[in-house]
Amino acid sequence: MDDSTRSRIETLIASSPVFVFMKGSKLMPQCGFSNNVVQILHSLGVSFETFDVLSDMEIRQGIKEFSSWPTIPQVYVKGEFMGGSDILIEMYNAGELKEKLEVALAS
Amino acid sequence: MVQPAAVEAAIQRAIPDAVVTVEDLTGGGDHLQVSVTSSAFSGLSRIRQHQMVYGALQQELASEAIHALALNTTVPADQPTD
Repeated sequence: MDDSTRSRIETLIASSPVFVFMKGSKLMPQCGFSNNVVQILHSLGVSFETFDVLSDMEIRQGIKEFSSWPTIPQVYVKGEFMGGSDILIEMYNAGELKEKLEVALAS
Repeated sequence: MVQPAAVEAAIQRAIPDAVVTVEDLTGGGDHLQVSVTSSAFSGLSRIRQHQMVYGALQQELASEAIHALALNTTVPADQPTD
């Protein structure tokens, strides 16, 4: 990944307290895993921004390197990588996600 | 596509005591549900646990032989979780 891709990723992540790299958009997710994350965040009433990795090959590859995480979606809260679809579902089911987001967004 | 047994073997090469179940969600061998239980996960965050499994399957994921991987990791019941 080159410096400009890294810096674009950092700018995106910093642009919203909750940021999601996904396939497709909030309204039209292009992948079931991305859709899971959107639905979970919606159900918690959290506002978030997204980036469609299908629209940009450099970000699509770069984000995997950035987080040492080979799959999309990827969720960042206050700049910190929180996980992908499986982890979000697990945290949601355990009630941890709501708590973690409330704490992060209050600070 | 990959064979479930090959996925299991690749994970066990990286995590020798792993108990692995692989479910082929579509029958096409590229959408997989994988569960891994290992004492090696003890004390690690979920992110680190998943990264260990992704690391073992790096080649299959990078080549998109595995297109979608739903992953669940657990520590054996008799191990402390943190």
